[in-house]
Amino acid sequence: MSDLNNTMINKYRTSFLKEVEANVEEGEWVKMCMQCGVCAGSCPLGKHWAHPPQEIFMMIRAGKREEVLTSDSMWMCTSCYNCIARCPRGLPITHIMHGLAHYAQRLNLVPQQQPTQRFAKVFWENMLKKGRVNELKLGLSLYFIDGFGQGVKNAMANQKLGQNMMKAKRMSPMEILGGHGVKNPGELQKIIAKAQALEDARISGNS
Amino acid sequence: MTEVIATNQTILVVGGGISGMTAALEAAETGKKVVLVEKRPYVGGRVTQLYKYFPKLCFPTCGLEINQRRAKMNPNLTILTMAEVTGIQGEAGDYTATVKISPRYVNDNCTGCGDCATAVEAEFDNEFNYGLGGVSKRKGAYLPHKMAHPQRYVIDPAIIGTDDAEKAKGACKYNAVDLEMQEETIEFKAGAVVWATGWQPYDANRIQPYGYDRFANVITNVEFERMADPQGPTGGKLLRPSDGKEAKNVAFIQCAGSRDHNHLLHCSRICCMATLKQTHFVQDAWGDEGKSTIYYIDIRAIDRFEDFYQSVKANPNVSFIKSKVASIVENTENGNPVLHGVDTEGYNRYASEYDLVVLAVGMEPSVDKASFPVDIVVNEEGFIEPAPENGGIFAAGCASDALDVNRAVQQATGAALRAIQVVNRVAGTEG
Ligand SMILES: Cc1cc2nc3c(=O)[nH]c(=O)nc-3n(C[C@H](O)[C@H](O)[C@H](O)COP(=O)(O)OP(=O)(O)OC[C@H]3O[C@@H](n4cnc5c(N)ncnc54)[C@H](O)[C@@H]3O)c2cc1C
Ligand code: SF4
Ligand code: SF4
Ligand code: SF4
Ligand code: SF4
Repeated sequence: MSDLNNTMINKYRTSFLKEVEANVEEGEWVKMCMQCGVCAGSCPLGKHWAHPPQEIFMMIRAGKREEVLTSDSMWMCTSCYNCIARCPRGLPITHIMHGLAHYAQRLNLVPQQQPTQRFAKVFWENMLKKGRVNELKLGLSLYFIDGFGQGVKNAMANQKLGQNMMKAKRMSPMEILGGHGVKNPGELQKIIAKAQALEDARISGNS
Repeated sequence: MTEVIATNQTILVVGGGISGMTAALEAAETGKKVVLVEKRPYVGGRVTQLYKYFPKLCFPTCGLEINQRRAKMNPNLTILTMAEVTGIQGEAGDYTATVKISPRYVNDNCTGCGDCATAVEAEFDNEFNYGLGGVSKRKGAYLPHKMAHPQRYVIDPAIIGTDDAEKAKGACKYNAVDLEMQEETIEFKAGAVVWATGWQPYDANRIQPYGYDRFANVITNVEFERMADPQGPTGGKLLRPSDGKEAKNVAFIQCAGSRDHNHLLHCSRICCMATLKQTHFVQDAWGDEGKSTIYYIDIRAIDRFEDFYQSVKANPNVSFIKSKVASIVENTENGNPVLHGVDTEGYNRYASEYDLVVLAVGMEPSVDKASFPVDIVVNEEGFIEPAPENGGIFAAGCASDALDVNRAVQQATGAALRAIQVVNRVAGTEG
């Protein structure tokens, strides 16, 4: 377990909900969930996971920190947005799921063999080199999970698919850099590093 | 031409449901002149379409009868039916109302004998039964419902100019059919206005995953009231629309279109109680063979109704499942709706089949925010706020909030009192 994880455990001893609110993207929405169950019932993949979003939100409130952060449920989300479309309280469920995955990853709590995150890592490093990264705006790994949640049997095949999509400009609107291609990956890497540093500062500010 | 004698000491009541009737009668019985304007051909509003009232399981007709008697006896009260307020100008103590009156084609000679209806052939979906209107139709000359007040037939404008209209006229022994009647617009004065235009059921078609528009055996709670009523389309038998099969295993889906940012934001407040009441209809119809299952987020049996909830809960033929149903599909072999979702107490995934599904749809204001004929302050949901800017216009009943009859009537009495205060001030200055 990482030091950061221990720091967070000590800091939020009494409330995992507060920890989620402070550190997980869109985490402040979790308390708005009224446990109606529509997201769980509408999620096309929900029946294949241990905990549908509704249950994850309840577990957060019940303080089941370790169970949530080591769960592979949020890694299974395919970002289909069914749940967001249906939630009567307007929770950004998909984003919370990704936020939780990201936070678990930062704390080093993701089960090592979890295929989605393994693939995600490979993909990230690959993209970083070539500079073909999309959704820079949000920085870190929140969105690169998008579209790859179906479980990865063949990482290389999917990587090619991803690259093909990028070639077809289906995945890489480079608005933030003002263009569609990356001419200078070094600069991009600096940007990423800076974003990483800011994010680290935010989390350690909370720790 | 319809004559209305009114001054700026007159109180105008818009909407003749239970709330508008109450406000009008309370004011008239204190000696004030009151004009009640009702859009339908009869007064009573939507409670006329309920079978029984919670919590006492008594019949709405009882209270309506008392009100109708009070109305008949009171010379201060003028009732205009088939009439709509299209404009209100002026300020507290000095309003001018414009009212459009649609032709009924039947004058007050009508005895309610029904000969015209027998003579006429054309049939129409009966709007009184909501979406079950097609199950038992009404004639082109009709009494909207058995207890309608006034007991005067109506001729559907759709048959005007056809042979049927002449048949109706020919059949009437009392010279009550007047095919020459025209729409009229009249104006009169009022010092204060009670706005009591009530509610309408939320449009179930908009809750797409529940398939109200696709599955015959998915109906709404207002339709279920009609189905349970012996005067209703099935003669009070709980028979499902697709094939007339007995509906013994019934599911109720709460908050259908309420408490939902995709639909109505507010809790409609009465639909939990309405469903609890409707489980009695199932029980009364089939005894131990009748099963009700309620899918809910939370049961909101407000204040004194907790006992009612507890007694329904104690009935072994009623089950409660804490879950907002995600979607409904139809078993095409038998027409049974199949409910899909995940329950909150255990997170179990279910796919459960029923004979009939009742959507507990919520209430929304019957007048659209944008179409009030006068400047009025409404909240986010379109209910009228008790705002000083509304001057001498006071909301009563479900025009102000989602309320049950008891609360609507109390609130209407309050509105009547406010209106009386305004016209008293006018009387004071005019001496
Ligand atoms: C399924 C269901 C079951 C229910 N069961 C119960 C129960 O058992 N017990 C209970 O206490 N409550 C019950 N309620 C609630 C009850 O129906 C309402 O409290 C009641 O109808 C409110 O009366 P109202 O006069 O405010 O509104 P309404 O009944 O809607 O009356 C408004 C009147 O205004 C008229 N109107 C509308 N617009 C205009 C216009 N522009 N100009 C002129 N007139 C207009 C309408 O035609 C109508 O006659 C139930 C509700 C539902 C949905
Ligand atoms: S749909 Fe929204 S409110 Fe309902 S359980 Fe899911 S997150 Fe909570
Ligand atoms: S976005 Fe993710 S959590 Fe939401 S319904 Fe789709 S797969 Fe399920
Ligand atoms: S209009 Fe004439 S025929 Fe029809 S019910 Fe009235 S009195 Fe009878
Ligand atoms: S009264 Fe009950 S069914 Fe109606 S909106 Fe409120 S909680 Fe939902």
